Amino acid sequence: MASSGFQADVKALQKHLAARHLIYQHQHNKQMSCPAMAQLLSNTLYYKRFFPYYSFNVLGGLDNEGKGCVFTYDAVGSYEKVGYSSQGSGSTLIMPFLDNQLKSPSPLLLPARDAVTPLAEAEAIDLVKTVFASASERDIYTGDKLEIVVINADGIRREYMDLRKD
Amino acid sequence: MNFTASKQPENCLLGPESDSQRTLYPYVTGTSVVALKYKDGILMAADMGGSYGSTLRYKSVERMKPIGKHSLLGASGEISDFQEILKYLDELILYDNMWDDGNSLGPKEVHNYLTRVMYNRRNKFNPLWNSLVLGGVKKGEKYLGTVSMIGVNFEDNHVATGFGNHLARPILRQEWHENLSFEDGVKLLEKCMRVLLYRDRSAINKLQIAKITEEGMTISPPYSLKTYWEFSAFENPTQGAVGSW
Repeated sequence: MASSGFQADVKALQKHLAARHLIYQHQHNKQMSCPAMAQLLSNTLYYKRFFPYYSFNVLGGLDNEGKGCVFTYDAVGSYEKVGYSSQGSGSTLIMPFLDNQLKSPSPLLLPARDAVTPLAEAEAIDLVKTVFASASERDIYTGDKLEIVVINADGIRREYMDLRKD
Repeated sequence: MNFTASKQPENCLLGPESDSQRTLYPYVTGTSVVALKYKDGILMAADMGGSYGSTLRYKSVERMKPIGKHSLLGASGEISDFQEILKYLDELILYDNMWDDGNSLGPKEVHNYLTRVMYNRRNKFNPLWNSLVLGGVKKGEKYLGTVSMIGVNFEDNHVATGFGNHLARPILRQEWHENLSFEDGVKLLEKCMRVLLYRDRSAINKLQIAKITEEGMTISPPYSLKTYWEFSAFENPTQGAVGSW
């Protein structure tokens, strides 16, 4: 789960969900799937609809079949399964570029097209690094360092990259 | 229409806005706290001033206190709220000791407790008007964290509150490194505190440096820093000046 916004609310929200995840593991003897956590996050956010968590989230992970999924949220819990997303102060700079590179099918098309984007892992990581380097140029809040989390069948891996320190 | 003088004083707790008393602005405040990790533990510095607005009202305020066996708390902001936090922590440590089970709350746990307290008070629109620095060592592991009045918290190798964030942290970013000796750590903190003394109007030249290691906590007696005011650029500041100012 990646969150942007008011840090104290972000920490509180992530702590809340981590606790709920632990309870789920105790009760169901398995890890929560990404779609399950997606619903939980939405409900948690809407619970504080009239005193929101000032947190803009993107949830990524694997569903029960092991396929990747990405969910994008607003501060009060509206969510959608998408192929890619960005949130936060740099999102206005990043999102149009992602739309250009990844050409997501329109949600209005029938039959519904799969939102999964056909990128290899190395290409995807390179794209992420590129968008953050670009966002750092023009967004004053973006910069210093980038953390990339890669989740696949082999497990979870983290990569770090320095960004402009101004 | 109501012609009677119906303005009720807020302190008699009548009417819709006085259902609770809340901190609206701070009264007696402490300025920056600066802290860093060094070889054996944590070093923390704070001056001893308690300002009442622009008046330097109190000059012997201890803004750093030990918490339990393993932690050290430094605070800036409203002094009365700091005293209330000390009361909360006193009760916390008391209950921890009464378990008498060989366990004791470490700096990580105390920092987490403080984060929860500050965040929950902020959510009730009645904040404790402080920025806190919590440092300590437990079982060889050094910990240094900070919490603000709105619940923003993080841990790092060096932290500062208030003006310290703007003046001290850039110095620390350049000159801090792992395994600083005690002497180097003190020199580095004194460098930061000197800059704050020159440039923060609420800083005073009477400070303490506290050290916490696995063995325990010691706090220096109050002392002052040497300052230099003979820079030639300031000797005759109006020489060559044009205009009335």
